[in-house]
Formats: sequence, structure tokens, C-alpha cells
Amino acid sequence: MGKTFSEKILGLKAGREVQAGEVVTVSPDRILSHDNSAAIIKEFKKLGVKSVKAPQKLVIILDHIVPASSEKYASNHKTIREFVAEQNIPNFFDVPNGICHQVFSENGFALPGKLILGADSHTTSYGAFGAFSAGIGRSEVASLWAVDETWLRVPETIRIEINGKLPSGVYAKDVILKIIGDEGADRANYKAVEFTGEAVKKFSLASRLVLTNMAAEMGAKNGYCEPDEKTIQWLGDRAKDDFNVVTSDPDAVFEAVLKHDIFSLEPQVACPHTVDNVKPISEVEGTGFHQALIGTCTNGRLEDLEVAAGILKGKKVHPQVRVLVIPASRQEYLKALKKGIIEILAEAGCIILNPGCGPCLGAHQGVLAPGEVALSTANRNFRGRMGSRESEIYLASPATVAASSIEGKIEDPRKFL
Amino acid sequence: MKKGRVWKYGDDVNTDVIFPGKYTYSVLEPEEMARHALEDLDPDFARKVKPGDVIVAGRNFGCGSSREQAATCLKHAGVQAVIAKSFARIFFRNAINQGLPVLQSEEAVDSIATGEEIEIDFSSGKIKTKKGVFTFSPFPESVLGILEEGGLIPYTRKKLKGKK
Repeated sequence: MGKTFSEKILGLKAGREVQAGEVVTVSPDRILSHDNSAAIIKEFKKLGVKSVKAPQKLVIILDHIVPASSEKYASNHKTIREFVAEQNIPNFFDVPNGICHQVFSENGFALPGKLILGADSHTTSYGAFGAFSAGIGRSEVASLWAVDETWLRVPETIRIEINGKLPSGVYAKDVILKIIGDEGADRANYKAVEFTGEAVKKFSLASRLVLTNMAAEMGAKNGYCEPDEKTIQWLGDRAKDDFNVVTSDPDAVFEAVLKHDIFSLEPQVACPHTVDNVKPISEVEGTGFHQALIGTCTNGRLEDLEVAAGILKGKKVHPQVRVLVIPASRQEYLKALKKGIIEILAEAGCIILNPGCGPCLGAHQGVLAPGEVALSTANRNFRGRMGSRESEIYLASPATVAASSIEGKIEDPRKFL
Repeated sequence: MKKGRVWKYGDDVNTDVIFPGKYTYSVLEPEEMARHALEDLDPDFARKVKPGDVIVAGRNFGCGSSREQAATCLKHAGVQAVIAKSFARIFFRNAINQGLPVLQSEEAVDSIATGEEIEIDFSSGKIKTKKGVFTFSPFPESVLGILEEGGLIPYTRKKLKGKK
């Protein structure tokens, strides 16, 4: 009987054949943490050990509140810098670099066949490169730092086959929103989700990252796209380690195979206050908002900024809305800068902020007042996430957000193409 | 048997309403976290919760962020257990790692009303409500070990001490 990629990767790490449902004790290849490293350090110090067991495995990236917006955040960052120096942690990325998931990927830590655990729910992202990557909590990371192993249940796998060609004005974000809307926010709870089909093969790595990033919003333990030539090419000289591509066998047993055709898909919008409250754009057109956000680990890459600039070129942002643009990383920022994209967006009236998580989690750089509405390219629209409990968040593609920013209300981007 | 008064909520109670993101990097002490527990879902909760109370909820409790404070704040608010139809996976792990029992029973959830007093027997895996007795699968030994030590940190510390 064939095996899924999850069974294979976790089997390799456990050193034996495993099947979905089994619990394995494993040692990850990489352990990610971000600003929450300060809290993890606090837990780590309670364990009674002096040193991190495998410091070379840790990747620490400051991104959540960068640069620090208060004394407390600044102290957290300082604690982390001191710990990094004291423990000789080689892979530390300080505040200039950008969002952890982008920085982790572009520095070649996200590789096919690797097991990656991270103190962030969107650690699912690295499946876009064929890794098994899952989010865990702070205590667990602290414990991993000390003992370098943990338990994982081998997940069942749901395969999602995406067929068809993207219609003009429709993007990977619309595809994943439609899937989450159809399947529900807990459809993949505890499961692995493998994205496959002709559409996925055509997607850039940046677009595949949108799928695996948002697999978390279906409850998935991890997301995955089978590595292909595009993946290998993208990794090029970036790859930090040797790797082996691991794929599901043709006769692997899947918990379900779900088919989604995108031939006639229209732009999609997730409405307040859950990510699975998804409607086609025609049903929400005309909805007013106060702040737009183009960025985040979901949609802050060059291709996203490029699409937004294509729509905003020579136009002006509506005077009643504020449009925040946050490139996902410094590398993406520089690429956009050199291509003139940043200039177009700034000319249009967008506020260009430094790479980082920005206001996505409601901590700084544009939080919402009571009664305010945001339209964002992020992955989560839970009540109060971007500020006041009395605010609302709509989620959409960068194209939809850009088009809507011109009109000052939710607008179909296909009108601007 | 442990008695507890119930706070009942619906499906998809997410980590942002359990513990808002704006506090995740500024509130570091468990007692202060407890003061914000369920702030964006039920602003009365943190003021009125009593030690031993039980949260009962629908499907996908704890979905969203990996922030462990969602479990920490409930535990330190005095919540003795969460009973739900299902849990989001990271929350499930975090709760155990914080020493907060998470019990899954669809039938029990349907039978329980808010404000009701219920009884939980952790060793036999039973929940006694006004409408009857319901079972939940008892925890595997490894998980029970973590819960008994009060969470993963004390559990790992003990394990590491034993090795020396």
C-alpha cells in the first residue's frame, strides 16, 4: 500500500514505517520562532538547562512588532538579541528583514522533505516547497530547544485537486478563499492538505505559498504542494541544506479527494468575522471601508505588489480610505523598488511601511477604531484582530484590494483590467 | 468527581476572541493574561469567572493563532476544563501543555446549558449533566503525565532532572 508524503516524511524522521493515526517521536530539522521568542526564553529558563541542545536548528526572525513600538516590545527584542548571542544561535534575523515566513523561505530553510516546526500558526506555509511544516505553541518550542524532540500524530491527508485556468482578475487568493468557504474552517482539522492539479502546477511559488499559508484557516496541521522543476529552480542557490524530494505514492490512501474547478471562478471575499464566511465579489460590491492593507505573509510578495501597482498606476486612492502597503520582506521590497512598483503605489497615495506583520494582528502600524472596516490581503478576519472589537475585516486578493482602494468601496478588480 | 459551573459558547471560538492579538507581546504574566480571557467574546467573563468553572463550546474551539496564551489565560482564570465538540489542533496541544484538560464530547455539549453545574470525573472519563452521564475518551498515558505535572514545562523539567 502506498504512502502519503506525511507518512513518508514522519516515517523517515521516526526511523520506521508509519501510518496515519500513529504517534511518533521526532526531532525537527528546523525550529522557527519570532517576537514570541522572548516568552519562549522565559519558559526555557524554567527547564533547568543552560544551553539550547541544537542551536543550529533554530531560526529566529523578528517580525511581529518591528521596529518596536513601545518599551515593552523593545525589551522583548533586547532579551532575544542577548539570548541569541549567549547561545550562539547562527540564524537570527533582526528587525530589518521582514515577515518570518517569507524570510525563512527566501533564505532557503524551507526545503522539500524537511520537518519544520514553528511557533506560529502559519508555519503551514513551507509545504509550498514540499516540507512537512506545522505550528506549535510556546511551551513546546521551549521544550524542543532543550530536548530537541517532540511527539506528532501522523495526520490523515486530504487531497485538494484544483483544475482549470485562472480567469483574468482571479488569483490564488480567490481560489483558496473559495475552497475554505466551501469546505469550512474546520474541514481539515488535524489533517494534512495536499494541493494538486493542473492549476497548482501552473502557480508560481509565491501563489503556492498563498494556498499552504491559508491551509491553516481550514484547521490543517500542514499544507503541501508537490515539488517540481519550478520549486527546484526557485530554491537554486538558496537551499541551506541538501534535501530529498518526498511525494505521495500514486496508490497512497487519502482521507478524501476534493475537486475544485476554477474555470469560471470570480473574485472572492471573506466577510466578517470568520475566514469561511466567503462570498463572490458580486454580493459584496459597494461595501464601504476605511483602511486597506496590501501585505502580510499571505500576499505581500512581489507578484502581489505588482498586481496592485498594475491597477493603481496613474490612479489615486479614494480620499476617504487609507491604504497601507507592507512588502513581505526587504528582498521583496527591493525588487519592487527597482521595478518602479513602490513609486507607483506611493504616487497613488498608498502609505509604504517597512516589511513586517504590520497591523495584521492589531498591535501597531494602523489599528482600527470602533466602527471601522478594513479590507485586507491577510489570512484572518476574526473579530477584533486588527484593533477594536467593534471593527470589521474583509479579506480579498491584492487586485480586489487595489481596485477597491480607488473606489473607496469594495469593487470588482476585473473592471480595471 | 469535580463540580463546575458552565459558561457555554458556540462554534469556532477563535484565539483572537479568547486572547486578543494586541496583548500577545505586551502581557507576559499569567495572572494579567487571565484578566483578558475571552475579552472579545464575552466581556463579562473575566470579571465573573470562578475557580473550577467549565467552558463548554461547539466545534473547532481555539481555531486561529498558535498563541499559547489562549490556553494560559483560561487556566489562570480558574477554568478547570474545556468541553467542546471539537478542538483546533494547536489549541488542543497548547491546552495540554498548559495543564488544562480539554474534553471532546458532542453529546455532552448538546445536553449542557449555560450556568448549569456539571460534574467531571477525569479518571473514568465521565461528564455528569442534568440530562445524563456522557463519556469522553480518557487521555493516553503520555498526555496524562503532562496534565498531572501541570503542563509541559514542569513535565520536561522533571524528565531532564531524572536524566542527570
